[in-house]
Order: sequence, then structure tokens, then C-alpha cells
Amino acid sequence: MFVDTVIEDKALHKPAFLFGLFIAVLAIFFAFNFTDTFFGEFLRPVIGEPKESGFYGRFAVSVVLAVLFVLNLFVISFFRLKLQIAIVWIELFLLFLAFAYSFDLKMSFIQSRVGLMVTQGLFTTIYISAVSIVIATVIAIVGAIAKLSNNGFAFAIASFYTSLFRGLPLLLQVYLIYKGLPQIGFMVDAVPAGITALSLCYGAYMTEIFRAGIQSIPRGQWEASRALGFKFSLIMRKIILPQAVPIIVPPTGNQFIAMLKDSSLVSVLGVWELMYLARTLGQRDFRHMEMLLTAAMIYWALTIVLEVIQARIEEKYKQKN
Amino acid sequence: MMDTKINIPKNTEMTSVISIKGVNKWYGDFQALSNIDLEIKLKEKIVICGPSGSGKSTLIRCLNRLEAHQEGTIQVSGIELHERMKDIDVVRQDIGMVFQSFNLFPHLTVLENCMAGPNWVRGIDKSEAKERAIAMLEQVKIPEQADKYPEQLSGGQQQRVAIARSLCMQPKVMLFDEPTSALDPEMVSEVLDTMIELAKSGMTMICVTHEMGFARQVADKIVFMADGQIVEQNSPEEFFNNPQHERTKAFLDQILK
Repeated sequence: MFVDTVIEDKALHKPAFLFGLFIAVLAIFFAFNFTDTFFGEFLRPVIGEPKESGFYGRFAVSVVLAVLFVLNLFVISFFRLKLQIAIVWIELFLLFLAFAYSFDLKMSFIQSRVGLMVTQGLFTTIYISAVSIVIATVIAIVGAIAKLSNNGFAFAIASFYTSLFRGLPLLLQVYLIYKGLPQIGFMVDAVPAGITALSLCYGAYMTEIFRAGIQSIPRGQWEASRALGFKFSLIMRKIILPQAVPIIVPPTGNQFIAMLKDSSLVSVLGVWELMYLARTLGQRDFRHMEMLLTAAMIYWALTIVLEVIQARIEEKYKQKN
Repeated sequence: MMDTKINIPKNTEMTSVISIKGVNKWYGDFQALSNIDLEIKLKEKIVICGPSGSGKSTLIRCLNRLEAHQEGTIQVSGIELHERMKDIDVVRQDIGMVFQSFNLFPHLTVLENCMAGPNWVRGIDKSEAKERAIAMLEQVKIPEQADKYPEQLSGGQQQRVAIARSLCMQPKVMLFDEPTSALDPEMVSEVLDTMIELAKSGMTMICVTHEMGFARQVADKIVFMADGQIVEQNSPEEFFNNPQHERTKAFLDQILK
């Protein structure tokens, strides 16, 4: 998207919009009734005992919250763009923390187990994902070329493969490979079975991404290469794929992030990765929320790292062009 | 319109570099080429012209088999082009081609574009390929752009790089498929000048173009096509001053107005 050169008035600086926003927010806060929370407690001097403040208390709390909300947006609107983004991020993150805090978490419990979650769980998750993405990439290149070829066998195998593995739920694939392969004589451990399932599933999706990337390179590039006497493999390696990579990177990064989280499905095989530990570590002490939220934060942090890496790669290609 | 014929080495040998006999080509029911016969001799300069849709681009693209013909024979340096051939890439290495839309490799610098062919398929080592690339870029008069990427160049410059890229392969024949049609008017002459220089050096050239001034100056023979057929082929003098067919006259009236 390209920003237009004409600056429009900010909606947040129009009284009518601010008033409308205030009314809407007020209605939402009123509907949810915050009187028996921290906010009601805060307004005790005005509304008296929150639980008995009734309609008036509920309204007063809503008004205060709505004023704060609209004022907050109004103030932020004066900052420059980057600062606005940072402040909104921080505020949303604080809201998320408040949500987590509402579970009455026992921090010492988290501290005593987070070490194992990182050394055992995080390591296993990254290991499974990284190996799978490498295999999936190789499958995707081969699959994409097969799907674009005129070879009937290659096309049939590749399209059957993508159809099957995009058509089944990943969880089902994990079970089928783990339980199914021993039936035909292959004993597989849980981790290799998980890696196989993830590679095959994501290889199927990425086959389509790679195919689209290869197809987006104009015909003229093929013709110029052929006119110079390049053979197919040379054209692919030196001309087409290098140009397809910048197109393929964003959706592939997306797939990698998705895979990182889908690796949690391998936990059903008893692999000690993040999700498995999150479910089991809290079980004995009925401290589920602590472990689940810890795992959530680790997954999130991990995907932020991946997002940054992806942005860096995209930036690199942008500079080159 | 320039009328002066410049001094260009004439073909001395009578051997055909390219020999086209009875070629027919269809796209579905549409006949794109019908009964094409044409001999192109060493150092000969052929200009193919005609209205759009007349099959001239199709014909030139058949000569390095970017397109397939269905009937008749096309021989390049004595090698027949057909769909079962094993070494089309070797044949193509000796036929340079310049496209209307340049088709430079956007992810490679100008220098790398020119080094790619010799280095990757001719097996010439990098330093020699680089020397040759720089020499060719000097020939097309843009050595100073060597380290830029194609999209940083103007259309005329890109097309000259495309010519240099082909020349780096030291081809026996050069094919030009409407090399100036996609250019802004003020850039046409720089590309045509490069092509005239190339003609002077004795290169065998087959050009599909609407640039009649260029045709008059350079061509040994002008081939006029319409509806997939060669209507008329003649020396420039005869072609412009004494066209034989009504189609040719009508075309020349249109284009020389």
C-alpha cells in the first residue's frame, strides 16, 4: 500500500467522532459492568460500597473508564507514528498481562519449572521445527518443479501428495504416521514420526508457495536463458529460483511460524516438547494456567524472533532491488 | 530518412548459415507461418518487416526454437532443429537473440548478465569472461554501467546491454526481435547505432523491425511478410523504390508516410 500525499484530518481530532466513540465505549463498559473489580474499588469515595452501588455505580465506573479510554487515544494521536505504535503495543501488552494476572498465578511455581521448559521443551520444539522446515523446503522445491513439469508421473505424484497432505488434519497425519508405519514394518520413534508428519504436511503447503513463486517469474526470463543456451537445471538454479526467493520468503516465513506452533501436535506422541511439558508439569499441583501461560509466552517470544528475522530477510532483498 | 548506404562487408561465401524450407506452423486452427522458404548466408543482413500478426516474430523465434514449427525444415549451421534433438542448447549458444522487452536478468548486475553465458555454459573462467564482458560493454558504449542493476538503466541502455550479453557468447548469428519497439523515441537511435556498428563488423543479422531507415542502410535483403507468408523479398533499393505486390505497396504507404 502506498500512502497518499494528501493529509486528511485525524478522526480523533473531530469532536463528533470523539463523542460518538465515547458513547460507544461507554455502552460497552456499561454492558460488562466493572463495579466489582479494581475500578469499582477505586471509585469507592464517589459511589460508596461498590457491590451496593447499583445502577449509579455501574454508570459512574463506565463513565470514568470511557473518559480515560477516549482521553488516552486523544493524547496518543498527537505523537509521531513510531511512538504511537510503541505506546499502543505496550498498552495492549499490559492488558494481556492483566488478563494473565487475573488467574491468580503462583510465580514461584513458574520459576521452579521454567528452566525445564526452556532447556527440554523449547530445545525440542526448535529442533523438531528446524529439521522439519529444512526437509519441507527440499520437498517443496522438488514438488513445485514436478507440478510444473510435463512429466505425467511427476505431476501425478506431486499433485496426489499435495492433495492428500493438505487434505488431512495435521493431528491425524501425526497419528497415521506414528501408528501406521509400524503396520507396514517401519518402527519409528516419536520424534522422527513427528518430524516426518510436519515435513510432509508443510512440504505440501510450501510446494504450492514455491510453485506460485516460480510461475510468477516472467516468461521472458526463460526465453532469454534458453536463447543463451542454458539447460533447465541451470536456468532453475541461477535465474528462476534466485528471483523467486524474494517472492517466496514472506509466505514461507509465515509457514515456519505456523509450523513452530503446530509442532505442539507432536506432544500427543509423548515427545517432551513445550506443549507436552506445559500440559504435564502443572497437572500434579493443579497449576495448569501457570504452565500454559508460560508456554504461551515462550511460543510468542519465539515467533517474534522469527518475525524479526523474516523482516530482515525481506529488507535485504528490497535493498538489492 | 537516411538514404546513404554505408559500407558494410558483403557476404563472400555462399554457404547458408540458416536454411528454412517449406516451414508451416499453426496455433490451433490459426496458421501462423505458411510455406516459408528462406536462405540466410554468412554475414548477410536480413530485415523482416510486415504488419503486426504477419508471423515475423514467430518466424525469427523458430530459428532458435523458442517456438516449434510443425512442417518443413529449419537448419542452423547444418543442424536441423526438431523436437527430438538432444543438443538444442549447444545450437542456441551460437545464436544470439535480442528481445523487444530486453529480458535482462534483474538479479544480476550488467557485468554479471554479460559474464553469465560464457562462464556458465561456455566454460570460460571468470576473469576471462569478465574481460570479454567489459570489451563488449565498451563496444555498445556503456562500460561505465557495468556494476549497476538493469532496472537502474534506461530502456536504450538495457537493450544495449542485452546486445552485449548476446555478443559475449560470440554467436555466429544474431536475431533481433523488434529491438526498438519498446523504447522511448529518443532512445531508438542509440540502439540502432549499436546494431549498425555490429553490421559493419560483419555479423550475420536477422532483424524483425519497423525501422525502415535502418533497413535501407544495413539490409542486404528485406523480407516482407503478411498473413504468415513471405510476400516479397528483395534488395532495399528494389523493395523501397519498386515494390512488386499490392500488400507491400500498401504497407510502405502506411509506414513511410
